[in-house]
Amino acid sequence: MITNVLDYLDRSAGLFPCKTALSDNKNSVTYEEMQNTAKAIGSAIIKRSGAKNSPVVVFIDRNIESVISFMGVAMSGNFYVPVDRQLPVKRIELIFSTLQPVAAIIFEKDNKILDEIGFEGERLLYDEAAEHEADNEALKLIREISIDTDPLYAIFTSGSTGVPKGVLVCHRSVIDLIENFAEAFDFDETRVFGNQAPFDFDVSVKDIYSCIRNGASMHVIPKLFFSFPAKLINCINERKINTIIWATSALRIIENLNALEKTLPETLKTIMFSGEVMPNKVLNYWREKLPDVNYVNLYGPTEITCNCLYYKVDRPFRDEEPLPIGVPFRNTDILLLDGNELVTENGVKGEICVRGTSLAHGYYNNPEKTAEAFCQNPLNKFYPELIYRTGDLAKKGDDGLYYFVSRKDYQIKHMGHRIELSEVEIAINSLPYVEAGCCIYDKPKEQIVLFYQAENECDKDILKDAGKLLPKYMLPNRMLHFTALPMTKNAKIDRVRLKGEYLDNA
Amino acid sequence: MRTAIYERMIKMKEQLIKILAELRPDVDFENETALVTDGILDSFDIVSLVAELNSEFDITIGVDDLEPENFDTVDAMAELINELAD
Repeated sequence: MITNVLDYLDRSAGLFPCKTALSDNKNSVTYEEMQNTAKAIGSAIIKRSGAKNSPVVVFIDRNIESVISFMGVAMSGNFYVPVDRQLPVKRIELIFSTLQPVAAIIFEKDNKILDEIGFEGERLLYDEAAEHEADNEALKLIREISIDTDPLYAIFTSGSTGVPKGVLVCHRSVIDLIENFAEAFDFDETRVFGNQAPFDFDVSVKDIYSCIRNGASMHVIPKLFFSFPAKLINCINERKINTIIWATSALRIIENLNALEKTLPETLKTIMFSGEVMPNKVLNYWREKLPDVNYVNLYGPTEITCNCLYYKVDRPFRDEEPLPIGVPFRNTDILLLDGNELVTENGVKGEICVRGTSLAHGYYNNPEKTAEAFCQNPLNKFYPELIYRTGDLAKKGDDGLYYFVSRKDYQIKHMGHRIELSEVEIAINSLPYVEAGCCIYDKPKEQIVLFYQAENECDKDILKDAGKLLPKYMLPNRMLHFTALPMTKNAKIDRVRLKGEYLDNA
Repeated sequence: MRTAIYERMIKMKEQLIKILAELRPDVDFENETALVTDGILDSFDIVSLVAELNSEFDITIGVDDLEPENFDTVDAMAELINELAD
């Protein structure tokens, strides 16, 4: 029985020792090399920290070293937390204060960030850790005492209180996901995955572990190529990439730029997408250019380990039709709930709630938020059983497929990222010269719109200063200055009026 | 003649800088020399920018024109627009 994702690595290193497992623009690594380097890093962590089931931060980049570091952390019996070094220092600091990591795997340049936030844990330089002597006895002992519900990683997402939440996922949940993917999509060692998703985005979990489980290969595509699609298409053809699991927005960029007009990717067999609703207009563009490819729509939040529903696109759709999110993966149950009542009628919407092994453990070091989202199944009064409430509304069609309807609350999907608008507001309202501000999302234009009250117009300062607190994708795309914002009778900013007037004028 | 072309270039560049400033008011476009290579403009910026330039200057920026070199500086963008407008 597979109880640890490292069992996948061991198996593939045994079967395909000399095969290229991972590659990026500069480097590549075979299965045997990846296993050895992961052991070296794991031994370094054990020696320096001596911790078990504790957070180890990995400063990530678009390179194979990030993935090898993840495996190294798993070898040490701890869990990895990918952190993008380009995030504002303030945000990195928030993540670190939630985590209190025992160690961080870094490159020389990251010392500056760690100094700035006063990090007191162990700093392991990647290059040194990768050369560390493997302590096979210690590694073996760690594996023997590990169980499949031990955490594998934590990935941070936007939180409504202004503090990002770290979703903690265990080995068992990832194994459940990856076994399902292999079975549902016929993944084997012939697959070459073209990784688009950054490693602090859980879409990449599917690339990494589908690759390692199947003895396949994964190529890390540079971010720059997604702005300049001629390079991207060349890269797909040169590397013979046949499977892509991308954010919907990445596929949309290609359509927006009409990038398939001259040269086509020739090797693609499977295209999967998730992260936000895929417009059929975009999908039809791809289907017309590449009719022989298998397309799969994936749905699910980070909290249930990537995806819980999938739809293999098996018929034509008009541009204005909705694309189904399909059926649950095996070993996953979907409940549509209206409050605590089960929705049984087709066409009636309810909140998507998920039951199964795929549920994350919760938000690290945040019992309140965990209890809100991971709660007792209201349909079960007899024994403890958790469900995850996604906050997404869906309905079931007469065709037996699920269809996404909308978000329930104040969370939006913008450029593939899940964002709590209140987190953006908290950052902007923290600026000394902003008297008040609130955000809305202009869905048709895909813009975060900020209404703010300040003495003088200060768009530039807001972007500059909020940019020190928030990742770029969370910054407002349009800003409207007011000397006085409209208020409701209860002395709250009149969001409804602002939104209405804004959209009327658009 | 030379001055007319020159005038046209100047005017176009001003218009371009205006578009860029609206897209990203936080960036000092006139002094940046590696807008794309340094990751100051990301893929979403490029998508919006290309759409904006196409409509504003009545040009069609094709796949082959989408090269980092053409977007790293304001001058390179101006040159690309100028080429496509002819």
